[in-house]
Amino acid sequence: MSFSELIDRLVSNTVDHSLGLFAPELILCATVVLLLLARLIDLDRKLPSYWVAMSGVLVAFAVALLNFWHSPGTGQTELFTGLLVHDQFTLFFRLFLLLFLVLVISLTVLSGLPDNEDGPDFYTLLIGSTIGMMLMVEANHLLILFLGVEMTSVPSYAMVGFLKGRRQSSEASLKYVVYGAGAAGVMLYGLSLLGGMLGTANLPEMAARFALVIDSDATMGSPELRTLALGILMVVVGLSFKLSLVPFHFWCPDAFEGAAAEVAGFLSIASKAAAFALLVRFCLVFVGTETSALGTLTLALGIGLGVIAIVTTTFGNLAAYSQTNVKRLLAYSTIAHAGYMLMAVSAMLVVLYGNKADATFEATRAIGGLLFYLVVYLFMNLGAFAVVALIRNQIFSEEIEDYRGLAWEAPALCVCMLICFFSLVGLPPMGGFFGKWYIFASLYKAGSVHWSMWVLLVVGGLNTVFSLFYYLRVLKAMFIEARPSHARSAKVQSFSSPVFYVGMVTAPVILLGTIGWLMDGLSNKVREVAGVLF
Amino acid sequence: MGIDFLLATIIFLPTIGAILLCLHDRESEGTMRTTALTFTILTFGATLLLLAGYYDPSDPGMQPVVKSGEDIVQRGVSYEWIASWNIYFRLGYDGISMPLVLLTSFISVLGMLASWSIKKHVRGYLILYLLLETGMLGVFLALDFFLFYVFWEVMLLPMYFLIGIWGGTRKEYAAIKFFLYTLAGSVLMLIAMLMFYFGSDQNFNLMELAAMAEQAKPDTIFANPTLQVTAFILLFIGFAIKVPTFPFHTWLPDAHVEAPTPISMILAGVLLKMGGYGLLRIAFPLCPYGTQAAAWTLVFIGAFSIIYGAFAAMAQTDFKRLVAYSSVSHMGYVIVGMAIWKINESTGATENMNFWHMGINGAMFQMIAHGISSAGMFFMVGVLYDRVHHRNLNEFGGIAGIMPLYSGLAAGLFFAGLGLPGLCGFIGEVFVTLSSWSYAPGLAVVVASGVILTAGYILWTLQRVLLGPEYLGPHREALVPMNRREIFVAGVLLISAIVLGVCPFLMFDMMEGSTDQLAESMAKGYQAALQYVEEAATAMTE
Repeated sequence: MSFSELIDRLVSNTVDHSLGLFAPELILCATVVLLLLARLIDLDRKLPSYWVAMSGVLVAFAVALLNFWHSPGTGQTELFTGLLVHDQFTLFFRLFLLLFLVLVISLTVLSGLPDNEDGPDFYTLLIGSTIGMMLMVEANHLLILFLGVEMTSVPSYAMVGFLKGRRQSSEASLKYVVYGAGAAGVMLYGLSLLGGMLGTANLPEMAARFALVIDSDATMGSPELRTLALGILMVVVGLSFKLSLVPFHFWCPDAFEGAAAEVAGFLSIASKAAAFALLVRFCLVFVGTETSALGTLTLALGIGLGVIAIVTTTFGNLAAYSQTNVKRLLAYSTIAHAGYMLMAVSAMLVVLYGNKADATFEATRAIGGLLFYLVVYLFMNLGAFAVVALIRNQIFSEEIEDYRGLAWEAPALCVCMLICFFSLVGLPPMGGFFGKWYIFASLYKAGSVHWSMWVLLVVGGLNTVFSLFYYLRVLKAMFIEARPSHARSAKVQSFSSPVFYVGMVTAPVILLGTIGWLMDGLSNKVREVAGVLF
Repeated sequence: MGIDFLLATIIFLPTIGAILLCLHDRESEGTMRTTALTFTILTFGATLLLLAGYYDPSDPGMQPVVKSGEDIVQRGVSYEWIASWNIYFRLGYDGISMPLVLLTSFISVLGMLASWSIKKHVRGYLILYLLLETGMLGVFLALDFFLFYVFWEVMLLPMYFLIGIWGGTRKEYAAIKFFLYTLAGSVLMLIAMLMFYFGSDQNFNLMELAAMAEQAKPDTIFANPTLQVTAFILLFIGFAIKVPTFPFHTWLPDAHVEAPTPISMILAGVLLKMGGYGLLRIAFPLCPYGTQAAAWTLVFIGAFSIIYGAFAAMAQTDFKRLVAYSSVSHMGYVIVGMAIWKINESTGATENMNFWHMGINGAMFQMIAHGISSAGMFFMVGVLYDRVHHRNLNEFGGIAGIMPLYSGLAAGLFFAGLGLPGLCGFIGEVFVTLSSWSYAPGLAVVVASGVILTAGYILWTLQRVLLGPEYLGPHREALVPMNRREIFVAGVLLISAIVLGVCPFLMFDMMEGSTDQLAESMAKGYQAALQYVEEAATAMTE
C-alpha cells in the first residue's frame, strides 16, 4: 500500500464516515468560533451572546436527539481510525450533556451571570468544556482519554474563577488548577505505564493484549500485573479527581464556594457524568473472570472502587453537617452522590468477575442504575443549584442562616428546593429514590459474588439516613424558622420565568418517581444503552 | 361505581383536596378549612361505602375478588406501574386492613375538626394534612411491597413539617428525631424488600409472597431459615420503631408532646397502628419461621413496653407526655397479643391455636381501641392547653368545678384508655391477657399487672387535673366551657369508645376471618420451613 493510498483511505474514512457521526461536536466548535468572531465585528453589543450560544447548542442538541432516535442498535463503530467509539452509550451521554448544556445556558440567561461584556468568554468556556466532556464519553484511546479530561478541566478552571473581582473566586480557581495539574500528571504517568506495558493505547486492543503479556497463571505478585495495577491505580486517581472522590475531593468544596452557583451546578453534574462514562469504559478494559489471570485484578479494582465509594459517601455526608454555606453543603452532597454512583461501577466489576449465568444481565442492571441515577441527578442537582443562584440574586447571600423563613416569601422556589432535596436524600415518591433502588438492587445481586457488596449496600442505606440531617438543616431554615425582621426581602413572583424554569427542572424529579410508564421507559432505555457495553 | 375507582378515590381524594387548596386565596382561611374538612368527610364517606357495599366479612382473603364464573381469577385490583421491575399499583383490603382504613379516615375527620385551633400558615397546614391522609390510607390499602414502601415514606415528609412548623417549643428537635428514627427503620425495610424481591423470583405481590411463605418451596428465601430470621429482624425493627416498642420508642414522647393537638391525634390514632399493621401484613406472613424464632423476644419486648410505659407515664408531670407514654404501654399489648404463638418443640405443630387467634384478635382490637381512646386523650389535653397554655399536671386541679362537661367527657375517654369494662380499651386488654395465659402463665401475671398500673396513673392523673378544690395555675380566666366543635369531637370519640366497648363484635366480625387465616397460614409456613432447618442440621452433623 503506497503512502498516498493510505492518506486517501484516511481522508475518506474521516470525511465519509467519521465527520458525519461527529456532527454535534463540530457544531459546538463552530458555535465557539462564531461567538468569538461575533465579538470582532461588535455583534455582541447588538445581539446578546447567549442567543448565539443557545442556538448553536440547540442545533447540536437536535442533531444528537436525531442520532439517538435512530440508534445504531447494539453495534459499536469506531471513528477516526479507532480514536473514538460511537455507540448508544456515546449517544446517550452526548444527549445528556447537550440537554444539560441547554438547561445551564437558560439558567445563566435567567440569573444573568455573565454580563454582556463577558458573555462570549463565558459561553466559549462552557461550550468548550462540554466538547471535552463529549470526548471523554466517546474515548476509545488512552490519548483521547487524557485529552478529553484536560479539555474539560482547563475551561472549568477559568469558569470557577470567572467572578473576577472576588478573591475567594480566584483562590478557588487556583486551588482547582493546582489539584487538577497534579492529578493530570499522575494520570498521564499511569497512562504511559499502561501503554508501555501493553504496547497499545487503543482500549479494545489493550484487552486483547493481556493474554499475550500476562501468563495465565500470573498472580498479583508478578511484576507485569503489579505494573498494570499501578497504572490503573494512577488513572483512577486522575478520574477520582474529576469525580471528587475521597481522598481527591479537597478542591471540590472550595471550588464550589468560590464559583458562581451556575458554574458549580455545571461542574457537579456534567463533568461527573462524563467522568463516570469514561470510568466505565476504562474499567471494562480490565474485566477478567475468576479463572483468568486478569480476574484478580478485576476483583481488586471492583472492591477497591467499592471501598472508595464507602469512604466517599460516608465522608461526604458527615462533612456536610458542619457547613454553613449552601454551596459548600451541596459540594459535599455532590461528593456523597458520586460515592453512590461509584457503587454501581463497583457492582458491575464484581458481577462480571463472578461470571455467573446472568452476569451480563446483572452488569447491565448495574450500569443501567448508574445511568438512571445520573438522569435524575441532573434534574435534582440542577434544580437545587438553580434555586441557590436565583435566591442569591434576591438576597445576595448563600449562607444557610440567611435562608431563614424564605419559604413564606418565595414559596414556589422553596418547594422546588424541598422536592430536589428530598430526592437527593432518596425518599419516594421522588426519582432519586428509584435511582437508589436501582443501584441497591444491583449491589444486592453482586453480593452473591462477593460479600463485600452487601457491606456496600448497608453502608449506602445508612448513608441515606445520615444525609437526611443536613438537607433538613437547610429546609428547616427555609420552612420552620422565622424570617428575621432586618433580613432582605426575597419576594419572588409565583408566576415568573425563574419560577417557571425551576418548576420545569423539578417536575421530572417527581415524574420520574411517580409516573409508571416514564420510569419504565427510562429504565428500559438505560438498560438498552448499557447493554451495548457488554 | 367500580371498586377500583372507589379505592383510588379513597387514596387520592385528599390529594385532590390539597391541590384545590393551592388555588385558594391565602387570606380566605375559613373557606380553606371548610374545603379541607369537606374532603376528609368525603373520604370518610367513601370508606364507609367501601365497608357497606364492597366488603364481605365472610371471605377471609383479600378483596375485591374478581371472578369468572365460580373461580376466583384475581384478588385485589392491580394496575401496571413499573412493569420492567414487576411493580404494580396493587390495592385491596381484608379484615386486617378494613378496620384500620375506617379508623384512619374517621380520625382524619376529627383531627381536621380539631385543626381549627391552628392559626399560623393555615393553607400550608391543610395541604400537608391532606397529603398525610393520602399516605396513611395508601399504606393500609397497598398490596404491593414497593407501593407500600412508597406510601410509608410519603407520610414522613408532611409529618416532619407538621410537627416542625406548627409544633411546640422543641418542635425542630422532635420533628427531626421522628424523621431520623422512621427513616432508619425504612432503610432496614428496604434491605428486607430487596431480600424478598430477589428471593422470590422478583415478586412484590404481598399476597403471592405470603402464599410462597406458606409453602416454602426450595430455592426461595422462604426455604432458608437464616434469611427468614434476618429478614424478620430487619422488618421488625422497621415496624417496631413505628409501633413503638421499647427500646425504639424514644422518638415518641418528643414527637407527641411537640406536635400540635390534631397531629398528636393522628400520630397516636393512626401512625402507631402502621407499625402493628406492617407486622401483621408483611413481617409475620412473609417470615413465619422468623416470627416463631423471635416469638419469645417479641413477647418479652411487648411485656416490657407495657410495664415500662406505665411506670414512665406515672413519673411524668407533663400532661401530654403522660398520654404519650401511655401509648407505649398500650401498644405493648398489641405486640404481646400478636406474638403469643406457642408451638410444640418436638413436632413444630402449633399448640393452643385458639388462644393465638384470640391474641391476634385482641391485638387488632387494641389497635382500634387505642386509636380512639388515645386520640381522645390527646384531644382533651389539647383543649386544656389551648386555654391555659401549659400542661403541668401539678398546676392543674379543680377543672371539674369550672368545666363540668369537659370533665365528664375527659373522664369517659381516659377511662376508655384505662380499660374500664364497657369501654373499648377493656376488650383488647382482656383478650390479650387471657390468651397470654396459655403462652406462659407468668406472662399473664405481668400483662395483668400492667392493667393495674394503667389504672393507677390514669386515676391519679384524673385526680390531679379534674378534682381538687380549685384551679390555682395560670390563666384561670381563660378556662371557658368547650365550644360546640370541641364538644362534637370529644362526644363522637366517647360514643365510639362506648359502642366498641359494648358491641365488640362489630369489629371482631369484620376481622376474625382474616386474622384466623393469617394464623393458619403462618402455622403452615412454619411447618414447611422446619424441614429446611432439619436438613441444615443433618448437613451440619454429617
